[in-house]
Amino acid sequence: MSAEWPLWEIFIRGQHGLNHRHVGSLHAPDAEMAMRHARDVYTRRNEGVSIWVVPSVAITASSPSDKGPMFEPSQDKVYRHPSFFDIPDEIGHM
Amino acid sequence: MYAQMVTSEATQDDPEKLAAFQARIDAGEKIEPKDWMPEGYRKTLIRQIGQHAHSEIVGQLPEGNWITRAPTLERKAILLAKVQDEAGHGLYLYCAAETLGVSRDELTEALLAGKMKYSSIFNYPTLTWADIGAVGWLVDGAAIMNQVPLQRTSFGPYSRAMIRICKEESFHQRQGFDIMRKMATGTEAQRRMAQDALNRFWYPSLMMFGPSDKDSVHSAQSMRWKIKMNTNDELRQKFVDQTVPQAEYLGLTVPDPDLRWNAEKGGYDFSEPDWTEFFEVLKGNGPCNAERLAARQKAWDDGAWVREGLMAHAAKRAAAPLAAE
Repeated sequence: MSAEWPLWEIFIRGQHGLNHRHVGSLHAPDAEMAMRHARDVYTRRNEGVSIWVVPSVAITASSPSDKGPMFEPSQDKVYRHPSFFDIPDEIGHM
Repeated sequence: MYAQMVTSEATQDDPEKLAAFQARIDAGEKIEPKDWMPEGYRKTLIRQIGQHAHSEIVGQLPEGNWITRAPTLERKAILLAKVQDEAGHGLYLYCAAETLGVSRDELTEALLAGKMKYSSIFNYPTLTWADIGAVGWLVDGAAIMNQVPLQRTSFGPYSRAMIRICKEESFHQRQGFDIMRKMATGTEAQRRMAQDALNRFWYPSLMMFGPSDKDSVHSAQSMRWKIKMNTNDELRQKFVDQTVPQAEYLGLTVPDPDLRWNAEKGGYDFSEPDWTEFFEVLKGNGPCNAERLAARQKAWDDGAWVREGLMAHAAKRAAAPLAAE
């Protein structure tokens, strides 16, 4: 058997209360080993309090060519931001 | 540098697409793996990042040589941590290269077959404990010169790997300087060892930046693509200007009789390393080339049963719940 160890994407929660964040990837034969490797590779200096490992093949990514249709429609909907509305000074903080 | 003399690939793509790609780079946008990119950009990056990754891994060997013989338990723990970091740096970089459509095993096999290179510096031996100081201070110092600007490189995964590496690299240089300082202020024999290490590592460190590339077509292309951020001469000058005062502080002498401060250019004038020696080392004729590659080959061969065994175990475990139903 010469199959290369599959790729895993690693997510780390840096501190309590924060989201897990993607930090990189690594190769491992299974989830248990991916977890051990993630600990050694990505948390040598107190970078995390929790780790997720996800097989890279399980991730579905949006395609760069869809960038326009996916994200441009929100650009002209400025009314979705609170700064769109004028609030009179007398009203104060809202 | 850690990637030396990377030849850029010619590119034969649609001129319109090429222009749009260049415009994105000029605008400071990051290129991500799934974005369109010229074939030359992809191939040049695979070669450069791969060479950089190999250097991190092979770079563990000269330092690993002293782990069992470190003078104190604290020095041993520090050196172990540093060598472990180098393994991590190799991994970050292999992963960045893999996003370009090459696998880590392919890269390793290309290294072992002599089709890919690693930095010339790791073909020099570490003969005394002071060499471990010189490697951290000079070799990692030279690497930082190159890696700091590469944090702004145009390829997203490479840039992110560099940011991560730079955070850790400063520890490496400081621990090296700390070893040198201890030895330079120690007994006369220790001071002589420190001077001897500087004598042997000075010119090989200057070689790390590669020969002058001011007229190189490859460098010009790589600089336009923001794969290479500075010329080799710029980085070498910066390294010398930074390092000479540090050597003076240590009371050590840089082994260059022509080293002089040039007030007009605001930098030191210094002697070029022996470029014949550099090309011989690249060709495989350095003091340790054969030993380094043999060590990598042995690790690869001896590890084969572990890689296969763990995959077989994972496959068996994955199949087990199905069999139980």
